[in-house]
Amino acid sequence: MKISVTVTLKKDVLDPQGKVVKQTLKNMGYSEIQSIRQGKYFEIEIDESKEKNIKEVVEEICKKLLTNTVIEDYKINYN
Amino acid sequence: MKSSVIVFPGSNCDRDVAVALEKFKIKNHMVWHEESILPKSDLVVLPGGFSYGDYLRTGCIASKSKIINEVIKHSKNGGLILGICNGFQILIETGLLPGTLLRNKKLRFISKNVFLKVENVNNVFCKYYKEKNLIELPIAHNEGNYFANKYLIEKLEDLNLIAFKYCDREGKTENNSNPNGSSNNIAGILNENKNILGMMPHPERMIDPYLSGEDGSILFKSLFESLLK
Repeated sequence: MKISVTVTLKKDVLDPQGKVVKQTLKNMGYSEIQSIRQGKYFEIEIDESKEKNIKEVVEEICKKLLTNTVIEDYKINYN
Repeated sequence: MKSSVIVFPGSNCDRDVAVALEKFKIKNHMVWHEESILPKSDLVVLPGGFSYGDYLRTGCIASKSKIINEVIKHSKNGGLILGICNGFQILIETGLLPGTLLRNKKLRFISKNVFLKVENVNNVFCKYYKEKNLIELPIAHNEGNYFANKYLIEKLEDLNLIAFKYCDREGKTENNSNPNGSSNNIAGILNENKNILGMMPHPERMIDPYLSGEDGSILFKSLFESLLK
């Protein structure tokens, strides 16, 4: 089974990299760009034959390793 | 008086801090991160560097290494832990210290000397700064911008858990003396039991008057004296 996880900074956390990307796009002439937030993307392959609850496992790894829950949110996509 | 310096792949201040500890008569062991036994120690040091190349988040992978379980046990038993720079980032990822360290506000790696105000001298790490609470130490980091929600910042202030703040030559902790955008100019914090200190500046680089300065020596002297008892 293939799963993907997107990790983004929480709304209130300053994202200086996103800001720079946005400013660069504006400088390139894309004046319609209003905001950019940069994040991380993980593609995960999971062995379904194990008798574990996959949703629980994925939640767990998101909380334990993939995100710093103080400043980041995650979104799991079960494709 | 025994200490252990934990060495991760990518640590690069491990030997500097070992020199500092030995200079102040603390008998030190270097401990590889894959070890599962921590030698008997009064103090554990998590050194500066770029453990695991800062993959995923600074300090994140190191915080899941084998020896860390022993370091956590050590802290629960009241043992001392000092995390410097990447070591501070590891302590945060481990959950032994609260909050988080973001990228420097101006997105630049900063390597320079800064002035610091020692905000709390009632702990084993800082007690000899009583006589000198305005000091100069080097910083060298890309992610040192301490960030936490306002309740946590208030709590750190109220409980006097902020050990060091960035300041100017006169000791004023204002915006223009904040190198990295850190909340309330925070450069180092203690846990509630005050047996864990995490700090971005490098005291181990200021232990020799001929090479740099001696403001870092005071921290190691404080530790040595505290460990004697």
